[in-house]
Amino acid sequence: MDSTITTGAEENAWGGGNRPLGASYGKLMMWFFLVSDALTFSGFLAAYGFSRFKFIETWPIADEVFTHVPFFHGNYPMYYVAFMTFILIMSSVTMVLAVDAGHRMKKNSVIWYMFLTIIGGAIFVGSQAWEWATFINGDYGAVETKGGRILQFVKTDTGERAALNDFAKTIPGDRVAHESKNGIWFYDEGYRPSYTVNEVIEGFKANSNIVVRTETIDAEGEKMVLSRQESLSKLQSAVQVVEGANLIHNEYGNRLFADFFFFITGFHGFHVFSGVLINLIIFFNVALGTYEKRGHYEMVEKVGLYWHFVDLVWVFVFTFFYLV
Amino acid sequence: MADAHKLEIFRGLLKFKSNTQKIWGILIFLTIVTAIEVSLGITKPKALTGTTFLGMKILNWIFIILTLVKAYYIAWDFMHLRDEKSALRRAIVWTPIFLVAYLLFILLFEADYIYNVFKDGFVTWNF
Repeated sequence: MDSTITTGAEENAWGGGNRPLGASYGKLMMWFFLVSDALTFSGFLAAYGFSRFKFIETWPIADEVFTHVPFFHGNYPMYYVAFMTFILIMSSVTMVLAVDAGHRMKKNSVIWYMFLTIIGGAIFVGSQAWEWATFINGDYGAVETKGGRILQFVKTDTGERAALNDFAKTIPGDRVAHESKNGIWFYDEGYRPSYTVNEVIEGFKANSNIVVRTETIDAEGEKMVLSRQESLSKLQSAVQVVEGANLIHNEYGNRLFADFFFFITGFHGFHVFSGVLINLIIFFNVALGTYEKRGHYEMVEKVGLYWHFVDLVWVFVFTFFYLV
Repeated sequence: MADAHKLEIFRGLLKFKSNTQKIWGILIFLTIVTAIEVSLGITKPKALTGTTFLGMKILNWIFIILTLVKAYYIAWDFMHLRDEKSALRRAIVWTPIFLVAYLLFILLFEADYIYNVFKDGFVTWNF
């Protein structure tokens, strides 16, 4: 009805150029992207929660996994991740200061704050690379049972974790490399751990100070430690030695923990990396005076939104991966 | 939103003189919250790990609430949601909150069910 009648008021309403949300097209699109990206990350974290609730009694304890700080030896749970969190929040602050300086059309301040933001992002990505390397290399080593469970070792006198090379025996034996006559196609031998299962078990028998620590968490929230006798019978089901972590084996406990670690922090690290690249592009644009000519620094605000989002996601990853 | 910054946080308890000052104030606040989280995570006070509420340790509830507090201030002050129109703010905030709460509800209940199957069912997996 009345489809042909147009009043002046309606022409204004539908004629375009209205901004009912008070935000420009670009900014709205950035927000749409961020909402969908937030849902992606939530999906990952919810999947992590799913697996964790499924194996709630055997899930690895994060502060026993991430205990390293670069250039220092010893047990420092959480400190380095806390430092990384602070770096990311700090670079968020310099970003928001850049946006603020942009509103006031101060080109040089924007340049400096963008520069500091990029440096902060680079430090964060570097720290994450280091964290990955440490996680992949592993700490003490463990053995994996037939059922895919991890058995770790502790010293009975101190209660500290025992590394495999503290007690494993070296049994001389011939290492038969893969020979071309045994296969139709040459393939790599692959990675071999420093000790065989047999060497670990013999070392265990010879060293009365060592017991097995299982994945099971007791009522106190600590991993359950077996007696000598139970340890020996448990070790009979060991099938391989695991050092470090990858997508298939994980010396820290449940392999899903490593999978989610690589997946979630990796996806976040990729966001930080691309954020640094986008920040770099905008940094050069600012330095070349593009936004000065354009008359506004809204582009800085838009990448700023992305950068803060990366920080926001890390706050959640930090909580659900490292703290809870 | 260049000229219309809202400079009050904590429901007007704290009012900053300029936007720059507010940014530094938020940094201090976020740093304090993170420091509390980390120190709780390292010390793990017995009083907080021993008691549970709705099937989760009190300590974990504290972590999650503090995280949401941090997320609020990052979104509201760093991402300028405080200065946006309320329609935009609600569209951005409530959509994910609704969807994520729903997803978490489904997945965590299902996971707990599977946990019980593993525990009480005739399935041996921990060997």
